[in-house]
Parts: sequence; C-alpha cells; structure tokens
Amino acid sequence: MKIYENTGSKDTRSGFGDGLTELGQKNKNVVALCADLTGSLKMNAFADNHPERFFQVGIAEANMMGMAAGMTIGGKIPFTGTFANFSTGRVYDQIRQSIAYSDKNVKICASHSGLTLGEDGATHQILEDIGLMKMLPGMTVINTCDYNQTKAATLAIAEHHGPVYLRFGRPKVANFTPEKGEFKIGKAVVLQEGTDVTIIATGHLVWEALEAAKALNEKGISAEVINIHTIKPLDEEAIIQSAKKTGCVVTAEEHNFLGGLGESVARTLSLNCPTPQEFVATNDTFGESGTPEQLLEKYGLNAENITLKAEKVIKRK
Amino acid sequence: MADTQQLKDLVTQVRRDIVRQVHAVNSGHPGGSLGCAEFLVTLYNEVMDHNPEFNMDGTNEDLFFLSNGHISPVLYSVLARSGYFPVEELSTFRTLNSRLQGHPTTHEGLPGVRIASGSLGQGMSVAIGAAVVKKLNGDAKTVFTLHGDGELQEGQIWEAAMYAAANKVDNLISTIDVNGQQIDGSTEQVLALGDLKNKFEAFGWKVITVAKGNDVDAVLAGLKEALASTGKGLPICILLHTEMGNGVDFMMGSHAWHGIAPNDEQLAEALRQNPETLGDY
Repeated sequence: MKIYENTGSKDTRSGFGDGLTELGQKNKNVVALCADLTGSLKMNAFADNHPERFFQVGIAEANMMGMAAGMTIGGKIPFTGTFANFSTGRVYDQIRQSIAYSDKNVKICASHSGLTLGEDGATHQILEDIGLMKMLPGMTVINTCDYNQTKAATLAIAEHHGPVYLRFGRPKVANFTPEKGEFKIGKAVVLQEGTDVTIIATGHLVWEALEAAKALNEKGISAEVINIHTIKPLDEEAIIQSAKKTGCVVTAEEHNFLGGLGESVARTLSLNCPTPQEFVATNDTFGESGTPEQLLEKYGLNAENITLKAEKVIKRK
Repeated sequence: MADTQQLKDLVTQVRRDIVRQVHAVNSGHPGGSLGCAEFLVTLYNEVMDHNPEFNMDGTNEDLFFLSNGHISPVLYSVLARSGYFPVEELSTFRTLNSRLQGHPTTHEGLPGVRIASGSLGQGMSVAIGAAVVKKLNGDAKTVFTLHGDGELQEGQIWEAAMYAAANKVDNLISTIDVNGQQIDGSTEQVLALGDLKNKFEAFGWKVITVAKGNDVDAVLAGLKEALASTGKGLPICILLHTEMGNGVDFMMGSHAWHGIAPNDEQLAEALRQNPETLGDY
C-alpha cells in the first residue's frame, strides 16, 4: 500500500486563494469578483495586489455572474468568488443564460460547499450544487480534495477556455497531494491500487477513502482508491478499467446521492460494464448545524462508512 | 447617413422585416419590436461606432446588448441591414437550424450578438462587465443596452443599477423602452413601475427623457445628449417613451400584439401601411 502523509492540515479555500494570488502575478487577464466574502474566499491578497482587477460587487450575486460574463468580452478571465450555495442555486439562470449558453470563459469558484461549512446550517450548506452544475451543457465541474490540489486546479482552469465550476470548502483537512502537482482537467488520479473493491471519491472524502482503504487492508481487503477531481467531463476510461478489475464500486462525496458523482459513475458503469455500486452521500436531505466532524459522522460521510459500504458491495459481487 | 429621411426609410423597411419574419413562422414578438425600430435604426446608423466585421471582443468599438431579447425581429433586421449578415437570412427566423433563434444567442455564431438574452433582467449586468473591461483596457468607447420597462420588475436590474452608480460606470448608456405594456396588460395594472426618473436618479444615474421615442429626430437628439454625458462619473439612463406596435395602426395602443403574429390579411394591411423602401429580403 502506498502511504499518504498529511503534511499539515489546511483549508481548500486557502488553496484557491493562494492559486489566485499566483495567477494575479502570472496572468494579467485574470480578474476577480467577489460578493462580500473576500476574507472567507481568501481573495484578500489578490484584491490588495491588484485593486484595479478586483471587483467588489456587494451582496448581489446575480449581478456578479452577469458582470463576469460581460468581462469576458474584451478578453478577461473572470473568477467569481462566493459560497457554493450563492454560486449556484441562487444564480442558476444567470449562469445558464449569460455564462453557459453564451459560452463565456468564466470561472465560478465556490467555497463552503457541502456539510462541512458547519455551524451556519442548512441555509448555507448546499448539497445539490454538483448536480445543478453538471447538468449545464459545456460546464466543467471540479471538486478538489486538499489544499495543494485546489491551488493546482485554480491555476489550471485559467488555461482552459470555457465555463468552469470549481468547488472547495471551509474546514482544515489533510493536505496530502504533491505540492505543485500537475492538474489535468478530466483526468482521474489512481491513489491506491487494489483488486477487491474500487473506491471512487471526490473532494473532502478522498482522504476518508484513503483511510478506509487502510482499514480494509487490515482486514485483508485490497481497495483501489480513485480521486475524481473532475466530475465533468468524467474520466470514464479510468472508472471502467478499475471496475472491470475489482468487480465492485463504492462512490463517496459530500453531496446528495441525487445528481452527484455517484450517479455519473453509475451511468458510466451501466452503459459499459454493469457493476454493483454503493453510495456514500447524503440521502436526499438538507444538512443542519454542527461541527464538520459531527456532521460527517451523523450523515455517514467518513472512512468508517466507506469501509462498511465496501464490505457490503463486495458481498454483492 | 446625411438626413433623417434616409433613417425613416430604413425604419419603414425594418418594420416590414419585423412583421414578415413573425408572420412567416406564426410566432415572435412584433409589438415591442415595432416600438423600438426608430431607436435601433438610429443607434446603429447614426450613433454607434461599430464594425460589422464582427469580432466578439469588440475592442475599440461601441457595443450594444439587447436585454429584452424577445424583440429579436427588430435586432435581426437592423443587424442584417447594417451588414452583419445577409438580409436573406431573415427568412430563417425561428426555423430549425437557423442562426436567428427565437431569442438572440451566441450559440449559433450569429454576427452582432455577444450574449444570449431572453430570460429578462440580465443584460445590464453583462454590459457593466463589458464597460469596466473597456476602462481596464484603455478603450474609450461606449456600451449601450436596451431594456423593456416591464423588465425593470426583475431584481437583478436594480443590483446592476446600484453597482454602476457606486462604481462610476460612466461609459454605459442604458435605454428603457417605456411603452407601458407587458404580456398580461399595462405595466400600471400588472406591477406599477412608479416614477422611473426619480428611481434611476435616486440610484445615482443621469436620466435623459425622450418623450417622442418613435421620432428619429427626437431619438437622435436624446442619444447625442447621452453620448455627450459619458465620462462624467454617472451611468446614463434614457427613458424612451414609445408606442408598442408603432407604425402598424391596429397593433398600437395595447399589449395585445406583444407576442402574437399577424395572419395573412393583417400582414397585407401592415405592409400596405409601410411601403417597401430598400427592398424586401
């Protein structure tokens, strides 16, 4: 088994902020917009370094999305920043018409996604955003797993032409992917090779999947762990190849099972190599207040539940 | 163009294009299109510095965004007759595989269109984005928008209006087509708009009222005043008072022709009232 070391827990939003700071220096066409959450999104450094390229729009997300679309006309690459809930559901029609249908090169960067936003509760914890965004034609959907990967993804999406939804979060989580690692949009990363079960995870649950693989290993079960940072376009080849090898799959995500990564994987499997699958995801529910750890435990989004689901799906082979 | 008679002739031809497009597919929005014919003809022919050799970035040219996308027939006619695409293409309006979709879109690559519109309230925000980038790029040109008055019921308009004033977006001229009509009736009946001049002024805009929005001389004077007012720290709003269905007598004076097409007899009568000037497509 490969050993992954947490080099020091950090929040993924800081990966975004540091990536944006670097982009500000590297690419003069990058502009940033924020809806009164500059500190929460870690956009302060960009705002301080490039006040002329930073646009504080106030608590007006619809206007922010429209402005971002307009800013592409003239060659800029706008990065919008607010919470995931206000980056998607609140402004769905603005994104649909002015950005996606109009094929505008806007990067929608969304922090505080999922349950791990924590104490603010369900009004702010969106568990539907991956589904909303992956349904839009032409939209690239990315959910990164740690600080390093979020920073790498932030740099990578500036080089990609087209609308992108980049999803990350608030809590400090294990930082274990390589510093300055390569980020290839649409390319799955096999973190652990195994033969008995495939665990396909995205976002904060990738680390939990690695922990689950360790626990399974101690029980004599060999788990393959795949990090799907890009939910759309999905790396179907990597999924099919692994499913054919192990014969069963567990998907894990901090999102509703409806519309999430698991459903995209299920479609791929049913079309190419029907395979038993179990879902680690929220079960068509809203979240609630609590600490991130408490919430992940209550809603079964942790290594323990991934381990249980792996054992269950192996029996279904 | 040297004199306003040429503009008026073009307006008459654009009216013919509007009713013929809508009649051919028995769908579309003739009322608002007819009401804005003088405005768009004047804007594209006498006011905007624009390049029909279309490129999306529109650097060093004036830009126009149609926010009330349902009046696509008048936009398509004016774009075609300004050289953006062949006039004959107007015959494909709202048909399968056409670039002239029911509402304007960039998706099919139609020259002259820089954003999709149709779902209302979004164009002012887009225009502000384009306007601030012009400033950032050292591009001194102006960004124009057109909105329906009913469209002002959308909240996003007021988010955008607040931003533009607070940030001195003074290279933006937003025109409101004040025809007092929307689908379900008069704006007064559906959701009264109140005093639009006071509203925009309270938001920090300079407001220019054009009382005769279907008179090319009045429209031209209003647009020239607006252009002369750019660069002075305030976004500019033109309240353009128009008549829905203008130029076709039986379509005027109500909301009835917002979104329905004339039948064969009605088309013939509309065309009789607007004789061919520059040649039909």
